[in-house]
Amino acid sequence: MIQIKQIAATVVGLTALAVVTVSAATMSVQVKDAPVRATPSFVGQVVGTLAYGDQVEIQQTQGAWSKVAGAGVSGWMHTSALSSKKIVLAAGQEQAKVAASGDELALAGKGFNSDVEAQFKAGHKDIDFTWINRMEKIRIPATEMQAFLKDGDVTPKEGGAK
Amino acid sequence: MNTFYRYAILPLCALVLAGLPACETMDTLSEVGAGVAVATGVATPQQGESIKKAGSAVGKTFESITPEQEYYIGRTVGAVVLNQYKPLNNEAANHYLNVLGQTLTQFSDKPETFGGYHFLIMETEDVNAFSAPGGLIFISRGMIRCCQNEDALAAVLAHEIGHVELQHGLQAINKSRVTSALTILATESAKSFGGQELAQLTEAFEGSITDITSTMMNNGYSRGFERQADRAAVTIMQRSGYDPNGLIAMLTQMKKQLKPGGHDFAKTHPSPDSRIEDIVKWVGPVKPVVSPAVRQARFQAAAAKI
Repeated sequence: MIQIKQIAATVVGLTALAVVTVSAATMSVQVKDAPVRATPSFVGQVVGTLAYGDQVEIQQTQGAWSKVAGAGVSGWMHTSALSSKKIVLAAGQEQAKVAASGDELALAGKGFNSDVEAQFKAGHKDIDFTWINRMEKIRIPATEMQAFLKDGDVTPKEGGAK
Repeated sequence: MNTFYRYAILPLCALVLAGLPACETMDTLSEVGAGVAVATGVATPQQGESIKKAGSAVGKTFESITPEQEYYIGRTVGAVVLNQYKPLNNEAANHYLNVLGQTLTQFSDKPETFGGYHFLIMETEDVNAFSAPGGLIFISRGMIRCCQNEDALAAVLAHEIGHVELQHGLQAINKSRVTSALTILATESAKSFGGQELAQLTEAFEGSITDITSTMMNNGYSRGFERQADRAAVTIMQRSGYDPNGLIAMLTQMKKQLKPGGHDFAKTHPSPDSRIEDIVKWVGPVKPVVSPAVRQARFQAAAAKI
């Protein structure tokens, strides 16, 4: 009887542990879009892109890189693109309360957002966002960055970003 | 919070506030208060939970600002910078700056931000550089002229990337503004904000922008923040393969070009000498920058257009 109890307790314990591990291994993409690479390095070939709020399972970590799978893509992402908070794209009132504590949830599009920016612009017509929009469009492809390093005889330490 | 509870918690506030460090006060207070309220039957367990959440929201600081909100703050900070400094309308020059800058970000501790890193040259002889939260970085023509090689320019950009990575801009925001924005979020009743909430949020937003731009453009960050950004710059340069002596070379040149009492870097940054003193502790004795001929040739070609 005692043995059965012990086994039962162990099973419960292990189940709890398994749940914790699984929930801790789910993360959300916290940037507009982020590249997923074949290897844990910025020189790794880009195999796909994940978008804001996409949830991924973390399969493995190596330094600041995480091997992820989710939204139909799998590969390596830099951990700075990921949040342990669940990002909710459209939230109700209860979720708003939880998100305000900032620990478990983050609400997409809430707080300082495009509505607030529009309101700011309406009150400050002298502040021009044309160049801000223009500079945001300048995005250098990974292949151009690698060619730039090579052509300038710049030799990174292995692995790039840590 | 009902009236009864408010009266019940007031004496408790006084007691608890006396003995707690400021940064932990609100979180702990709401935990204690909610616990007492539930135990004494003043609040149901559900209400207790809700009190905890609201109290916790009030206790949060800049760390509660999500990357998405940081992005919106950064856009407006950038627009305010460009209201004072005209951008250099030269596609080739700005492209070169972005190839160098965006490549360097890949070696920082935070290569990914919500909207990514983007760089722009300001058409002014002032020696200046600014980084808005989230990664919009502005470098003056005068600052670029302090750089005699690509390694020195990489150092300037890496220092600004360091400020972004370490969220120094966000830390200039007065805590009360973050609190007020979070309180509006916590009490939000619908999917989109009503006129009044939007007005209050915009007020907190405007205040946040002023806090950041006045720190960045007028008062300067603390000496400690500048040292951290220099440390981050050295790390980025070492990882990427640029010569960290570029940072010392740039500071030495800047020392010659800064006008004492000027409105630029002289006003907002510690003296170049004191910064060099710290940097040599990390990179060793000062050595001249060795920049290969191919790198020097492309730098000079780009700088000629700036």
